[in-house]
Amino acid sequence: MDRATVEQVWEWLDAVPDPEIPVISVVDLGIVRDVTWEGDTLKVAVTPTYSGCPATSVIAMDIETALRDHGIDKIKLETRISPAWTTDWLSDKGRAKLKDYGIAPPQPAGGPDRCPHCGSTAVEKVSQFGSTPCKAHWRCTDCLEPFDYFKCI
Amino acid sequence: MTRDEAFLQFLLRMGDNTLILGHRVSEWCGHAPVLEEDIALANTALDLIGQTQMWLGLAGEVQGEGKSADDLAFLRDAWDFRNVLLVEVPNGDFGRTLMRQFLFDAWHSIMLGRLMKSSDDRVAAIAEKASKEVAYHLERSSDTVVGLGDGTEESHRRMQEALDYLWPYVGEMFASDEVDAEMAAAGIAPDPASLREEYDALVQRVLTEATLTIPDSRFAHKGGRDGRMHTEHLGHLLTQMQWLQRAYPGATW
Repeated sequence: MDRATVEQVWEWLDAVPDPEIPVISVVDLGIVRDVTWEGDTLKVAVTPTYSGCPATSVIAMDIETALRDHGIDKIKLETRISPAWTTDWLSDKGRAKLKDYGIAPPQPAGGPDRCPHCGSTAVEKVSQFGSTPCKAHWRCTDCLEPFDYFKCI
Repeated sequence: MTRDEAFLQFLLRMGDNTLILGHRVSEWCGHAPVLEEDIALANTALDLIGQTQMWLGLAGEVQGEGKSADDLAFLRDAWDFRNVLLVEVPNGDFGRTLMRQFLFDAWHSIMLGRLMKSSDDRVAAIAEKASKEVAYHLERSSDTVVGLGDGTEESHRRMQEALDYLWPYVGEMFASDEVDAEMAAAGIAPDPASLREEYDALVQRVLTEATLTIPDSRFAHKGGRDGRMHTEHLGHLLTQMQWLQRAYPGATW
């Protein structure tokens, strides 16, 4: 069997959902840094979002499972911490999906620009931390709905 | 002391600081005054434990005895730990926990900023990763210290008491010994004493805004970062943190 092209592998990885925010893929999240063939071994470099994020090991397992399902059996996963992950690496597709899911995408200004539910700009911070290390807790003072904000780092 | 021996000590100091503080902060899980604070403390603890994995992972590598970060975290005894005493003191009330966090975060953020320029690429990479998280910790602990210090009469009193209690533990973060001299000579890490001026300026600015008064004395409790003498609290902490791996060696789930 011919080995899959690197482009094909990226496509497969783009179908692996983030375990905590399943509407976006691990590729959307920007944590897959590199895909290369080294002989008959496929090397995938993954970077953690936050150094203590408990999803990291699940993500590595999900990536490996997905690639095995596509018939690749020699896989080497490498954890790459430098350059450090930044929310700049979130794809545009990922940002749009986050918003549709009710999570305000990261903004360079340091807070959400509008409520992901009603679009109002009247928002306030509830807590600097949220349900996962990558999110903060905000609320809309117009529609009164609480929402997660994807922290910009 | 060879360079590798000094390097190992330096890495244990970094990793033990984040490990012990991470464990202390995690003790709040399920006990914080409000849900948001509970989540914030748990997230902070998680970041610190994540950083520990990187520091102690590298320590194990440098040591060259095949030990993992887990081995170093769970199978060493109190006298082998190299954290500063500040991070092992009991949490006290919420105010004292956040004051300790602030006093540590301020040092941590300055230290990591310098380590990003380390001559050792692995150290620089860990520092780059950790510094993003710590900038966030510092923002939060500063805001909380200001909010509580410049808050009600009772919160102000408690924050001043916390500062008075914790201040004698600040000096140890800036103590220098032969390990630090070796690291500075190699360009791996700065001499801790060289961070003091920047630290004092930062801490003074925030505590002034918090309407709190820094105690006059520069007396410093020492003995943690060189392992000479920890407080009696560390052993109690370790019995909690290590019991599972001690009772069931190698247990996994």
